[in-house]
This record gives sequence, C-alpha cells and structure tokens, in this order.
Amino acid sequence: MSDLRTDRTRSDAYWRANLRIIYICLAIWALVSFGFGILFRPLLSGIPVGGTDLGFWFAQQGSILVFIALIAWYAITMNRLDREHGVEE
Amino acid sequence: MDQYTLNLIVIGLSFALYIGIAIYARAGSTAEFYAANRGVHPVLNGMATGADWMSAASFISMAGLIAFTGYDNSTYLMGWTGGYVLLALLLAPYLRKFGKFTVPDFLGDRFYSNKARVVGVICLITISTTYVIGQMTGVGVTFSRYLEVSNATGLWIGAALVFMYAVLGGMKGITYTQVAQYVVLIVAYTIPAIFISLALTGNFLPQLGLFGTHDPSGAKFLAKLDQVVTDLGFNSYTGHHTGTLNMLLFTLSLMIGTAGLPHVIIRFFTVPRVADARASAGWALVFIALLYTVAPAVGSMARLNLTTTMWPGAVAGETFSQPAVSLADIESSPDLQWMRTWEKTGLLGWEDKNGDGLIQYYNDAAAAPPEGLGTAVAEQNLQGNELTTVNNDIMVLANPEIANLPGWVIAVVAAGALAAALSTAAGLLLAISSAISHDLIKGSIRPNISERGELLAARVSMGIAILIATILGLNPPGFAAQTVALAFGLAAATIFPALMMGIFSKRINSQGAIWGMIAGLLFTAIYIFLYKGWFFIAGTNTFEDTPANWMFGISPASIGSVGAILNFLVAWLISRATDEPPVHVQDLVESIRIPQGAGGATAH
Repeated sequence: MSDLRTDRTRSDAYWRANLRIIYICLAIWALVSFGFGILFRPLLSGIPVGGTDLGFWFAQQGSILVFIALIAWYAITMNRLDREHGVEE
Repeated sequence: MDQYTLNLIVIGLSFALYIGIAIYARAGSTAEFYAANRGVHPVLNGMATGADWMSAASFISMAGLIAFTGYDNSTYLMGWTGGYVLLALLLAPYLRKFGKFTVPDFLGDRFYSNKARVVGVICLITISTTYVIGQMTGVGVTFSRYLEVSNATGLWIGAALVFMYAVLGGMKGITYTQVAQYVVLIVAYTIPAIFISLALTGNFLPQLGLFGTHDPSGAKFLAKLDQVVTDLGFNSYTGHHTGTLNMLLFTLSLMIGTAGLPHVIIRFFTVPRVADARASAGWALVFIALLYTVAPAVGSMARLNLTTTMWPGAVAGETFSQPAVSLADIESSPDLQWMRTWEKTGLLGWEDKNGDGLIQYYNDAAAAPPEGLGTAVAEQNLQGNELTTVNNDIMVLANPEIANLPGWVIAVVAAGALAAALSTAAGLLLAISSAISHDLIKGSIRPNISERGELLAARVSMGIAILIATILGLNPPGFAAQTVALAFGLAAATIFPALMMGIFSKRINSQGAIWGMIAGLLFTAIYIFLYKGWFFIAGTNTFEDTPANWMFGISPASIGSVGAILNFLVAWLISRATDEPPVHVQDLVESIRIPQGAGGATAH
C-alpha cells in the first residue's frame, strides 16, 4: 500500500513538472506567432530587418525557427525529467 | 532529349523506387499494417510525416498564396508549422503511450463509450475524405501537365501505384515510400528556389535572400518588391491589410486543425518509444520547415520576377520609365517561351484591351491608385489590367522555366509535385481504411474477428477507399476547394479538443466529450454552410461570403478555433453536472501520462 502511495506521489510530481514545462513552451509559442508575428507587430515596426520589420520576420520565418527550438528543448528537457523521476522507458 | 522524354524518365524512375519499396516493405500483421510494428526510427518518421503532411497544396499552391497577398497570408506559414508544437507537447507522446492504432480507438476507450468512437470515426472520415479528393485531383492535373495524358489516365496510374504499396504494405509500405517521396519533393522544391535566389539576391540560401539585397537595383529585396507592387496599385507586400482578430483566429484554427488531423497523428504511433514520439515531432517540423521557409522566398521572388517581366522599367527603379512588355515579345521572344507554355494550361492569360500592342499589368481595382499609375492610365489610355489570368500555382510550376533552368530540373519538379500529392493521399487513405477495419468492423460490428481476418479487412477497406477516392477525384464535386476550410475547421473543433481533454483532464466524462464534439461539429459546420452554401450546394448560402457579412469579422475558414472553444466549454459544463469517469478510466489517464511501459506493439 505504501509502495502504491509513493508511486502516486512520484507520478504527480512528474506530471506537475511536465505541466510547468508545457506552460513555458506554450507561452513562448504564442508570443512569437500571435504576439510578435501579429498583435505586437506595430510595436516592433521600429526594428528594421532586411527591408522590412521584425514582426514580418517573425511571421514568415522567425516563428518557425522558434517552434523547432521549442520542440527540441521540450524533448531534451522531458528526457531528463523522465530519468529524474524514474519513469523513463 | 526533349522535355517529354526527360519527364517520363524522371517520373518513371521515382515510381520504380516506390514500387521497389512496396515489395520490400510488405505487412504481415495488423501491427505492421496499422503502425509499421512501431519500429520506425524517429528521424525517418519525421521525414515520412513531412511528406504525409505536405500535400499538393503545400507544394504547388502555397508559395503563390503568399506571393499575391504577402504578409497577411503568413497565417499559413505560422499555422501549418505551429500545429507541430501542439502535437509534440499535448498529443503525440501520450497517444503513443496509449499504444493503440487509431484516433477513434483512443476516444472510444478514454470516454468508455462506443458512441464516442463512432462520432470520432464520422469526424475522421469527413476530414480525411475531403482532403483526399484534393490530392487525387492534384495527381491527375500534374500527370496531364507533364506527361500529356488525360486527367483520368493520370489519376488511374496514380491510384494503381498507391494501391500497390498501400494495400501490400499498409503503414509499413506507406512509411518508407513517404521517406523516399520526401526526399524527391524537397529536392524538387529547393533547386529552383536556390537558382532564383542566386539570380535575384546573389544569396545561395533563399531564406537569407528573402531578407537580403536585390542585386540588380541594390535596394533591399522586400523594399524593392513593396515599391514595385504599390507602383502598380497593388497592396504593399509587407503591409497588414486584413482584420487582426480574423488573422489571429485563422492562424489558431490552422494550428489546432493541424494537430487534430488524424492522418498526421497516427504517424506518431509508429515510433518505438514515447521519447521518440516527442523527438519525431521535432524532426518532422525540421523537415517541413525546409520547405516552409523556402516557400515565402520562392513566392515573393517569383512575383517580383513576373512583375519586372511585365514592366522592364521596374528593375532599376521607375516602373513607368519604360513601356510595358509588348505583345509581339510575349508571342515570339525565346525568353518568354514559358508564358506561351503556361497560357496553354489556362494558368496564365493576357488580352491587349486597348490595342496598343503592349500588355499592361496593374491593379485596375485599386481604391486609391498612386499618382504614377494614374498618369500612366491616362497617357496610355488603359482599359483595364491586361494580364487577365495569373494563377497562384504558376509561381512554383513555371519557376524553372522563368529562370531558364535545364530540362531535368523541370522533370524533377514534376516528380516532386506527384510525390507530394501521392504521399499525402496514401496517409489519408490509411487513416480512413484503419478507421473502417479497426474501429467499425473490429470495434463495433465483429469484435471477435481473427487477426488474419482483420488484416484482410484492412486491405479490402484500403482497396475500396482508393477506388472511392479515385472516382471522387475523377468527378470532383464543385465544392472540393471549399471543403478544405471544413476539414481544418472540423479537426480543430472536434478531434483536437476531445483528445486534449482526454489526456489533460481526468474529470471529463463520456457525456461531456460526446456533446462537446457534437457542439463543435454542428457550430463549425453550420457557420461554414451559412456562408459557403448548405452542404456546399452553390447558391444555397444564407449570407454572402464577404468580410462585411462575417460575424465579428470572423471568416468561415477561421471559425474552427471558436468551435474548439465551444467544444471545451460544453464538455466541461456537462462533465461538471454529471458523474466523474469510472476508476479504470482515471487509471488509464494516469498511465498514459507516464512514458514507462510503452513497450512494443500491443495486439488487442
């Protein structure tokens, strides 16, 4: 019984840590696309990038590069988290 | 060697490769047929996912879609890539841990209800069938353009090829042909892009060229493009000209729609471990980004090329400093052979309306024409835009000819367009046939069917699905293009929320999930029908489909994200008001959240 309980606490801690990482990733995901790419583009219009402004770069290229970096970071961080909590395959 | 023979050889070689793979990768069990025995390396699965996802539309149409609208259509770039972040974080690893074969499988088990499974099957078949029609027509059109056969002949050849590797190999055959098709399509897309970027910007990488310098004039490329198109009365390329709310919602719809597409989700069932599913989503996005970061460069550069061809004066500075291109040149100059070639296909058309022997290309509907254009219209007695047809697809298809590239590049582009259409069609057909053989036959009608019986049922369903898709592709319903909005809208409003709640909430129960999906489905479909016609029958739309009529400025294509929010709300409210899910379902949710114990394929 006590074994089961430690199991449950351990997996709860793992899940909370996972959720925290997901929140961080989703915040960045939304910031670079909806934020820099669309909503805040007028605020960034003063920053020139190759004949246009930073918002345009985020909308057509930057957000995609950040998405790749986000998934890579998530995959690596989660592999470490899996090991720390002893839930890896 | 003439172009036709070259096309035949290159396309023939690519087909021989796919057939070779089909013979090598035959499926001997349902685990192989549905999920390639969960033995696909994450990098290879990433490539296969790239080909699975990038359709004829991505390959042929997207660059043009961006080219003629500019910044406002960045929605496609962000939307169709951002969905992979959601897949990697919210769906793929957990569904891989769940360890079954189809999306309705998960809905049926997690919401402990056959009704949930059947609602899932209905959504899946609607989404995938509308998609597959577009792919099959794409195959027919590409064949007829490059191999001078009829649309129908091209379609049957394509269908026979898909039949070979999909019926023989199921997911296993499809996976390895998709890897090969990815290589063909990315090579075909990048070669002309590199050449056009070198010619216009001196930059080897189109991604850098886009933000680099326009060599002939020394100005920044995008600044140059903005100037040239606004001179002619078009909207500026980099400016924002549409509603911000609609742009946000459309991007969100494409993102969650992408993450909710069943044929993409099932690709992540083929990797060995949960960690591989996360990594594989990242690899998929890397391979997709190779095309998606090139597309805006190809589109904008081809548009500048086209515009300066029409107005040679625009290269150096003043658009109207030299006369427009002459009709005589278009009809006889060897440099403009491509215009004559593509006029035959109906993708390009011109008409000398004012009879001055010149073809003037400009926006005759500009709300406030710039001064220079106004003067030109008066002086040259212009009677309207004389480049009467410019199809979006021309930006990719005519690129090699515009840039005077050798014949083999044109042949490779043809093979690439076919690879893009065939690989997506095969993935969709597998999603459809496994939903029928696994969820309907095994899951509902004959639960006691043997392993061999189910494998046979899977092959027969695949054969029938190919036949139906081919017939639909031969006689595409007039609404084929419209239904893409429906496919994304439904994936966003039904499947994505149901899967996400099934993983992240233990409280959402069967009633909540079913009514949530139904609410999302009805709301989204009805909003689209109001503007696009009831069941897409032309002329039956209740409101005219113009931005002024849209509720809160939300277009029918963007409504999926609102439908998704509705789905979440309904599911949550109904679940709160009813009993919580049984303990074994809550334990199931606990278990899919933890990678440990994913194991190999589970036969069940």
